[in-house]
Amino acid sequence: MELRILATPHEQQALLDLPWDMPLEEWPEWYLVALPRGISRHVVRFTRLGGRVYALKEVVQSFADREYRLLRDLERLDVPSVQAVGVISGREAPNGEPLDSILVTRHLQFSLPYRALFARMMRRETVERLIDALVVLIARLHLLGFYWGDCSLSNTLFRRDAGAFAAYLVDAETGDLHNRLSKGQRDHDIEIARVNIAGEMMDLAAAGYLDDTVDPIATSDHVVERYYTLWSELTEWEAFDVNERWRIARRVERMNDLGFDVAELDIVTDIGGRTVRVQPKVVDPGHHSRRLLRLTGIDAQENQARRLLNDLDAYSAETDQQGEDEEIVANAWVMDCFEPVMRTIPREFRGKLEAPEIYHEVLEHRWYLSEQSGYDVGLNDAAQDYVDSVLRHKPDELAILGGTAVDPEETQPFRIPWDELG
Amino acid sequence: MATVTYDKASRVYPGQDAPAVDSLDLQIEDGEFLVLVGPSGCGKSTSLRMLAGLEEVDGGSIRIGDRDVTHMPPKDRDIAMVFQNYALYPHMTVAANMGFALKIAGVPKADIQQRVMEAAKLLDLVEYLDRKPKALSGGQRQRVAMGRAIVREPQVFLMDEPLSNLDAKLRVSTRTQIASLQRRLGITTVYVTHDQIEAMTMGDRVCVLKDGHLQQVDTPLKLYDKPANVFVAGFIGSPAMNIATFDLVEGDRAQLGEADVHLPPAVSSAVKAEGSDTVTVGFRPESLVPVSSEDVGGIPVTVDLVEELGSEAYVYGHPAGPKAEEQSDRMRSDTVIARVEPRMAPHKGEKVTFTVKDGESHFFSVKTGERIES
Repeated sequence: MELRILATPHEQQALLDLPWDMPLEEWPEWYLVALPRGISRHVVRFTRLGGRVYALKEVVQSFADREYRLLRDLERLDVPSVQAVGVISGREAPNGEPLDSILVTRHLQFSLPYRALFARMMRRETVERLIDALVVLIARLHLLGFYWGDCSLSNTLFRRDAGAFAAYLVDAETGDLHNRLSKGQRDHDIEIARVNIAGEMMDLAAAGYLDDTVDPIATSDHVVERYYTLWSELTEWEAFDVNERWRIARRVERMNDLGFDVAELDIVTDIGGRTVRVQPKVVDPGHHSRRLLRLTGIDAQENQARRLLNDLDAYSAETDQQGEDEEIVANAWVMDCFEPVMRTIPREFRGKLEAPEIYHEVLEHRWYLSEQSGYDVGLNDAAQDYVDSVLRHKPDELAILGGTAVDPEETQPFRIPWDELG
Repeated sequence: MATVTYDKASRVYPGQDAPAVDSLDLQIEDGEFLVLVGPSGCGKSTSLRMLAGLEEVDGGSIRIGDRDVTHMPPKDRDIAMVFQNYALYPHMTVAANMGFALKIAGVPKADIQQRVMEAAKLLDLVEYLDRKPKALSGGQRQRVAMGRAIVREPQVFLMDEPLSNLDAKLRVSTRTQIASLQRRLGITTVYVTHDQIEAMTMGDRVCVLKDGHLQQVDTPLKLYDKPANVFVAGFIGSPAMNIATFDLVEGDRAQLGEADVHLPPAVSSAVKAEGSDTVTVGFRPESLVPVSSEDVGGIPVTVDLVEELGSEAYVYGHPAGPKAEEQSDRMRSDTVIARVEPRMAPHKGEKVTFTVKDGESHFFSVKTGERIES
């Protein structure tokens, strides 16, 4: 069979140089990024090409093609997920033995597997924030008609989001895209998530990585609760008296606070005209992050964007530009505030945190410093002090791929393929 | 444990005219391993998901035992969707790995211990209960994963193409292992596959679906020996049955080009009764034998390829004779396949005339596709 590389032309070039005629398991170390990896049901390896890290997963062709298409669909639908780069099929060993296909995905920069997070901090608040991020992700997927089928902390990557987290789907192997999900599909998906998350947390507890105040079962029950609350906020009909029309605006505000935009509202008035019923029809997540991107070109997570927009508002008030055109003020803010702070960060520290997260932390730092000093220390001094006293001591988060323990089997849950049944 | 009943159950996807599953009537016995099989889009996965509660049921009902579960949430149905794989947690003991889902469900500790012990006995895992998964062999790990499903004591196991991510070789060894485990457990199991060989080797009974309609549900052997219609005849069996439409001729015979086969009187009168002068005839590769001198008629074939497998040999050919051209549009496939004695197979290019062994022809109505009993 012929080797077929399905990928964008740019990436095809880079991919050509890899030893596709070798089972992934036998690839020499020099092709691989030497970082701990978990035991997966498939062979998974990481490689670096042209300065980027890619994940390679060896799997039968129909599965590779299917997951590739699904991930591309999810990308088109703007779902936070890993990016599928290509499928290599028709692989053959030099002796003619056929080899399974390989699905190539681009590693998500600055993303963290949950075990890496737990190895460093395991406070209850951290757990809550992870859970919140995951719940928002599940709800977004469900709104789009995506049934995950194996939602878990292990199948998710987290990126920092102004002190909170944003969740990304990593594994779409069990997923399915439908026009609309039935209640049964949503219920089942969330039940799978509940059991997986409880299991993962129990395992962390057994390993001594979990704070005593965190109860795995209560936490996983919490996921279910949070999900249903969010889902009803996003989709349910709300009825009120015609005199309480302000409640429409309240509903929209609540959704904005949750990070969703209401693109369309369905409003029905009963025949007597006394009762109004409202249901959001089209909701788009990423309210603040889209606004920030439009105004400044800065690509940030939702909470980071909210934080940066608040700073932009404050800047606009301080510099007395509130009447000005929004785009013009935003441009001035980038030149006067955001870029100077970024210039303060030495190149070798830029892999520690993403730019918007650094800006968020500098704002925090400025607040603490100013409180201590009793006067506003200013953005530039705060940034300099932050670099010297905080950022310098942080670990690099640009590419954390596996757990953090030396022996990956010690920290990763692993999966057993049917072929080991015996 | 329980029976499963589909009672005229239908599923119509929004925006589609034809139901994905159309009035499915199916009774699955307690402890039975039933396989749903059919080509893609036949409704097999939808049928399974309706039972699981993942698809809405638009008409009819579904029962597990005496309970009507048609509109019940998935988690209340007492079923277990068995995954292709389960996560095993490395820091938890085998017992904890098997029992943690019960703990989440709020089952009392003593009950969990008892159920885990019972499952461990069934799976030969008793002596490993205190160990970590890392200390187990691959096969033992897989049994722990199965144990996770077993301790829930579901009434029904559901499996949706669990072997589809394995290569052909592994699939063969694994399917027997799943089937034998199911027989030991005796839990009613519904299994979906698109692979008819998998269906035939695993199921107590096999239910063949096409376009949302049940075609036939029967034991593997009955499906093979007495397919209820042309579709089942062509779908079950590998290599596939030879199927073609023949003309009725005088003297209880049917002809197609140079091919001439015997037609039992019951069949020819049934065909005439429906007002047809053609009949669909099917014969399996192993039902063909080279003609001997006393045979009348036969099916002349020009050999294109011979597949010598050692224990048997297959001849792949095309109809021979001057009228062969006319036949192609009346044959299911361009190729005629015959199983012959190994080491005595004819050569490529040779012309061989086959005849069908007595009583091994299958006849189907050209109008309805239904089987005509001879």
